[in-house]
Amino acid sequence: MRGMVVLYVAVMALVTYLIRMLPFTLFRKKITSSFWRSFFFYVPYAVLAAMTFPAVFSATASLWSALCGVAVAAVLALCKRSLTVVALSACLAVFVAEGIQFGFVF
Amino acid sequence: MQNQGSPYGFREGFRDGLPIGLGYLAVSFGFGILAVAAGLQIGETLLISMTNLTSAGQAAGVQILKGALSAGQATLTGLISMVLTQLVINLRYALMGVSLTQRLDDGMTSLKRLFYAMFITDEIYAVAYSKKNRVGARYFSGLAVAPYIGWALGTLLGAVAGHILPDAVTRALGVALYAMFIAIILPPMRTEKGVLACVLLSAGISCILTFVPWFHGLPEGFPVIISAVTAAAAMALMRPLGEEAQAA
Repeated sequence: MRGMVVLYVAVMALVTYLIRMLPFTLFRKKITSSFWRSFFFYVPYAVLAAMTFPAVFSATASLWSALCGVAVAAVLALCKRSLTVVALSACLAVFVAEGIQFGFVF
Repeated sequence: MQNQGSPYGFREGFRDGLPIGLGYLAVSFGFGILAVAAGLQIGETLLISMTNLTSAGQAAGVQILKGALSAGQATLTGLISMVLTQLVINLRYALMGVSLTQRLDDGMTSLKRLFYAMFITDEIYAVAYSKKNRVGARYFSGLAVAPYIGWALGTLLGAVAGHILPDAVTRALGVALYAMFIAIILPPMRTEKGVLACVLLSAGISCILTFVPWFHGLPEGFPVIISAVTAAAAMALMRPLGEEAQAA
């Protein structure tokens, strides 16, 4: 391992840990405010939605293959399949879509 | 209500963590490939996953490392941008941490919190938060096992495979992370109108911030935070949780 990489990774890990640790350890009160309880309920969904869209459309080699991946993921998610099945099926859909578009070249 | 122990033990936590671990195996495989492609060694890639345990933050961190590697030296600017990027992208863990404190049993001491804080991820948080009763250290330790192993193992396999697999396969694996996010947000969108509106609003703002040229000066990671905080706050105002949901 190179020293420079270890330095960057140490900074990265420390910041990430402190963000998780400080609020989790120091916060002791019960939140009674209806606004904040509702806010915390919505945050995870909002974060994941914003991280996925529109980034997913440029995550693969073409918009078309990304759309295929999203469509397969959406259908399987609505059928309540597990995270693993959804993720792997979406990968397979992207692979097949790009194969159709660009040819299956290895 | 205050002096409650958690009814969930290590085994139940471990069971709940298994699907997350399997999902992480697939997703971190993609990360391993990405990191090696950016010029990192296999050991360095594994080190990142074992000390960070976060998908989006790691992916962004690797991009910064890639820049540092091509420049050939560590710079103050590079390190500051690493701090800011991780701070913004991972800020949601602070929110989740506060949120999770509301669901902990009384056995979760400060010392234990120092340790278990390391394992707060989107999925672990979502699963722990969705339990009917309070959760404790035993449950949490079981819950974290499979995701942590899955994340590290997948990274290692991906880093090794990055050298072996053809490009067409590694590219297709890049969609795994997003597919997993979709699998988490879609099902509750059907049953909860508030979640449906929240997701559409957040994704909409995110698209605007990405595609409207006026916002292109925003630093990496900021569009996600702005979108998420705005959407969650708007929904908390317009559609606050009902009484029963709050008592849970």
